Amino acid sequence: MASREPSSMITMKGVRFSYADRPVLNGIDLTIAKGEIVAVMGGSGGGKTTLLGLIAGRLKPQSGSVIVDGLDVPHLKKSELYGLRRRIGMLFQFGALFTDLNVFDNVAFPYREQTDLPEAMIRTLVLMKLEAVGLRGAHDLMPAELSGGMARRVALARAVALDPSVMLYDEPFTGLDPISVGIIGRLIKRLNRALGMTSIIVTHDLNETLRLADRVIVLSAGQVHRDMNPEDIRATDDPFIRQFADGLPDGPVPFHYPSIDYVTEVMGP
Amino acid sequence: MMASIEALGRFFTSRLERLGLAARFSGAVFLVLWVSIRRATLIIRELYFSGVRSLSIIAVSGLFVGMVLAVQGYEVLQRYGSSESLGVIVALSLVRELGPVVTALLFAGRASSAVTAEIALMRATEQLAAMDMMAVDPLSRVVAPRFLAAVLSMPLLAAIFTSAGICGAWIIGVKLIGIDDGAFWSQMQANVDVRIDVLNGLLKSIVFGTAVGLISVFEGYFAVPTSEGIASATTRTVVISSLSVLLLDLVLTVMMFRGLS
Repeated sequence: MASREPSSMITMKGVRFSYADRPVLNGIDLTIAKGEIVAVMGGSGGGKTTLLGLIAGRLKPQSGSVIVDGLDVPHLKKSELYGLRRRIGMLFQFGALFTDLNVFDNVAFPYREQTDLPEAMIRTLVLMKLEAVGLRGAHDLMPAELSGGMARRVALARAVALDPSVMLYDEPFTGLDPISVGIIGRLIKRLNRALGMTSIIVTHDLNETLRLADRVIVLSAGQVHRDMNPEDIRATDDPFIRQFADGLPDGPVPFHYPSIDYVTEVMGP
Repeated sequence: MMASIEALGRFFTSRLERLGLAARFSGAVFLVLWVSIRRATLIIRELYFSGVRSLSIIAVSGLFVGMVLAVQGYEVLQRYGSSESLGVIVALSLVRELGPVVTALLFAGRASSAVTAEIALMRATEQLAAMDMMAVDPLSRVVAPRFLAAVLSMPLLAAIFTSAGICGAWIIGVKLIGIDDGAFWSQMQANVDVRIDVLNGLLKSIVFGTAVGLISVFEGYFAVPTSEGIASATTRTVVISSLSVLLLDLVLTVMMFRGLS
């Protein structure tokens, strides 16, 4: 048997990123292995979505390195980057379906743009993907006619159309009813196992995350605060994670936006 | 004092920055034009939405403008006893100026504003980001076809506007006022030059189409992705397009018709 390479799919080292003069990430180090499902958690505005942007090469870090599938993402040329992105799927927070195309054409979009497959074969592939998310019967609906959960499933079918090796999920559970959350969660797991994908899920839905992920990375103050197994999260006494898990309004993440002293502001100096 | 100087400087540098952004963006659009020209179906779709759907407003406006020109032109011409020249006056005004200019103004209001809103909304709903993530360049898939549609449909619409205008003038001048039919057409034929008048008018249309097309896709592409941002981007498209068309018209007219005869 050939010796197995340490098969890391995504490696980030010392990644720093700021929007204008607001620092978001202050030196992120993480490694994600092939086939893993990793959840990235943290407060709102904590740089979780930024992390996905960096992995996909939509954003460039001010310093540090981002290696995806052996490629140095920030230094790729546009054509190389697009080559990489053909192997990366992304599910956007609200699906980002093309509103002028129906469900079928949305899922067919990647095939039509990226392959020379004949239309008959595209039809078969699209119906297979829609079947996998349970929406084959909805193929001629327009995005406006879909519920939030259905739109998310169509978007998922579109994102995995080209069988990517990496899937990025940006808040896949936000704004969905519990049934849809369960459906999406199960689909993510199933697709991951069936297609051998590496999945990164940015979320703050703790319950679903614990059911789904192999590993949970908690971001805080722009750094990897904890990197742990889902089982350990429930037991940990880390104050930040406890605040997050128990939904406490105040704690290491302050309830108040930074401000000058209340009495001083109200009464005047 | 310092604060107001600072504000003034910020005002100008931000405008200048945006102009630079627009120039870089235009360059990028021109670079992907060739990729997008080969996708005829995409351009045809945009030609339909921008061009074909503007046909009725263009034709009706042309008809009315021609009719008004005939009434006003006849009123002045008959003072000098040369009301037979009505056809020439109307045709030259339409071919050289009103056709290209009014068409561009109407196009900016009818089609370009819609293009801006559409692209801006695609950005706001992350459709452009999704496309980019699927390794499809939004510039060549979304922006370039809409730009090309503006460049292609503008001269055609201007020709239709002009033709409708001449028909309108004929209805008023010949049918209602009673100018001689033969004089109306033959004088027009003798005095409208293909190169000087028709070709220059066509050239104007193409320039206006380029300007209006670029402005509409630029404002849409860089719109702030909020409802307020989209509203102001749409407004800016109409305002900046209209002003650019009028300014460009002045420049082009001076270049084309100065020193003629």
